[in-house]
Amino acid sequence: MTPNGASAIGTTVPEEVAFQQEVPKGEPILEVRDLVKYFPLTKGILFRKQVGAVKAVDGVSFDLMQGETLGIVGESGCGKSTLAKVLMNLEAATAGSVRYKGEEISRLVFQDPYTSLNPRMTVGDIIGEPYEIHPEVAPKGERRKAVQDLLDVVGLNPEYINRYPHQFSGGQRQRIGIARGLALKPEIIICDEPVSALDVSVQAQVINLLEQLQSEFNLSYMFIAHDLSIVRHISDRVGVMYLGKIVEIGTDLEIYDHATHPYTQALLSAVPVPDPAARADRDRIVLVGDVPSPANPPSGCRFRTRCWKAQPKCAEEVPALMARDWLRDLAVHDSACHFAAEREVDLEK
Amino acid sequence: MPDVHDENDPRPLPPPGSGHFDYAGNQGLLVEQDTLLEPDPAKREEARSLWGDAWRDLRRRPIFLISAALIVLLLIIAIFPGLFTNANPRQSDLVHNYLRKPDWTDFFGAGWFGYDGQGRSIYARVLYGARASITVGLTVTLAVTLLGGLAGMLAGYFGGWADAVLSRIVDIFFGIPLLLGALVLLNAFTVRTVWTVAFALAFLGWTQIARVMRGAVLTVKQADYVVAGKALGAGTSRLMLRHILPNAIAPVIVVATIALGGYITAEATLSFLGIGLQDPTISWGVDISSAQKVIRTASFVLFFPAAALSLTVLAFIMLGDAVRDALDPKLR
Repeated sequence: MTPNGASAIGTTVPEEVAFQQEVPKGEPILEVRDLVKYFPLTKGILFRKQVGAVKAVDGVSFDLMQGETLGIVGESGCGKSTLAKVLMNLEAATAGSVRYKGEEISRLVFQDPYTSLNPRMTVGDIIGEPYEIHPEVAPKGERRKAVQDLLDVVGLNPEYINRYPHQFSGGQRQRIGIARGLALKPEIIICDEPVSALDVSVQAQVINLLEQLQSEFNLSYMFIAHDLSIVRHISDRVGVMYLGKIVEIGTDLEIYDHATHPYTQALLSAVPVPDPAARADRDRIVLVGDVPSPANPPSGCRFRTRCWKAQPKCAEEVPALMARDWLRDLAVHDSACHFAAEREVDLEK
Repeated sequence: MPDVHDENDPRPLPPPGSGHFDYAGNQGLLVEQDTLLEPDPAKREEARSLWGDAWRDLRRRPIFLISAALIVLLLIIAIFPGLFTNANPRQSDLVHNYLRKPDWTDFFGAGWFGYDGQGRSIYARVLYGARASITVGLTVTLAVTLLGGLAGMLAGYFGGWADAVLSRIVDIFFGIPLLLGALVLLNAFTVRTVWTVAFALAFLGWTQIARVMRGAVLTVKQADYVVAGKALGAGTSRLMLRHILPNAIAPVIVVATIALGGYITAEATLSFLGIGLQDPTISWGVDISSAQKVIRTASFVLFFPAAALSLTVLAFIMLGDAVRDALDPKLR
């Protein structure tokens, strides 16, 4: 499974495109169209028979612009991490296309810094491994220097090169993970819940580091998380996922202050409010029921089983992800709801 | 990227005038000077690796030093038993030496450990028996570790059909008791040497390691760092050797070193049953089994070969423990 090899999802770009570096800011650097990932459910031991499929990602389309941060939020099991794995070519897509513009280099920063670093490799070996796999990037004699530069860039002492991962704290380990991601000078970094395993104070440091690296190296981020506040802080645009589909996507202002999809509204109403006085006033939407099984999602709109606005139409027709013509101002952004509308109650009163 | 590093270097610049390259306080030169005058100590330090660090750590562990010294001594005895005694292990003198008790005043002499039921020097027999026992123990352990380790790694890593086939083969072998299987197998050989016994034990014993290895690989394979390696484009051999093997090897080392003693005892048991090594061959197993006939009248005949066997097993278990600990950076 080589990232540069030909694959079913068309990540291989033609030569002339591959050498056309420097996609201008604001242009899409990554185009994802109708991406589908089903995990087959099989029965039987000797003669396996497919009895169904877990529809982890089911028709996801979006563009990632050069230099922007796209946040992807959603609850556990909505397909966020599978989406990241498919984009990284760690899982083969069932259908759809992923097209990288410019140099096809994207890197993944993992969720848990405690398990993403090999405990039996020195930090120098971990960060230097990309150079061993792709020796053309840095000649042998320069690797050590390159690794120390990377440590410096992520704010770690370059003298730590001979230490082992267990000698570092969670935040430092995540910095090592980021340094490894930067080694091959990627244009896109996919962060799969990069701070969810860290203390809140350390989260801020890592987020600040990511922002600083973005401006230094002109990186584009896809930032997957379930913490809405962090996503708002770092993202230029935000996509909300539910059961393998993007239900709403727009700029952070559009999503956080002018959400039109009921699921987004429910999600936002659940964000903890630090002020106890304000907490009493807020209007929480408490969703009933559980997330339906992705192996057997509801017909039509996938959210209809838990939606207070659901109508017969929702069961019959899959709502398209588009802006509805009855909406005004910032509410005009892509939302997959037949009855898209802003909430009447002000969420931040 | 390196350019950015220099400009944003958080380390403080030396005060102007502190270096010998200071031309009128030029900023650019000062930055240059910083790297010239204060070379980072880490930059001159050797790059380290897991195995290098493990070796450096091992050399300081008393357990390793003791066990290694013992093993070296045992190997020297196994290769050159004549260095330690002039006595002939096959020379019988039933008239003078029949079950004669140890003579502690005769240090390193032929009668130091006493004489066995054939009137042969037990000291000489313990020394000469080391070769067969250690050869069987080491050969079988090496063979099962390589064979079982490879099978377990392939089954665990590739899963699916490879795993199904290999695991069923392992199950079949697991169903055959080691001794019974060895009995049947060795019966097929008319001449039984150290190598045939080793072959029989290795042929039947590799499944234990294969199971342990498969389990360990299955656990490690799931780890994020393996996924990370895959995402970087690492090939199968790199993932196996650099990421999975070092993290899955610890239980295998433990099982293998404990099993080493087991194989020497299995050889002894087979000899006792009359199907392993035969009498002109000298081995601890042969001597332990023949000593059982006189255990009530002369227990020292059993004691010395048994003690040599225990010491060997202990040395290898200690070595295995030390190596396992040294390979885990957290335990250093």
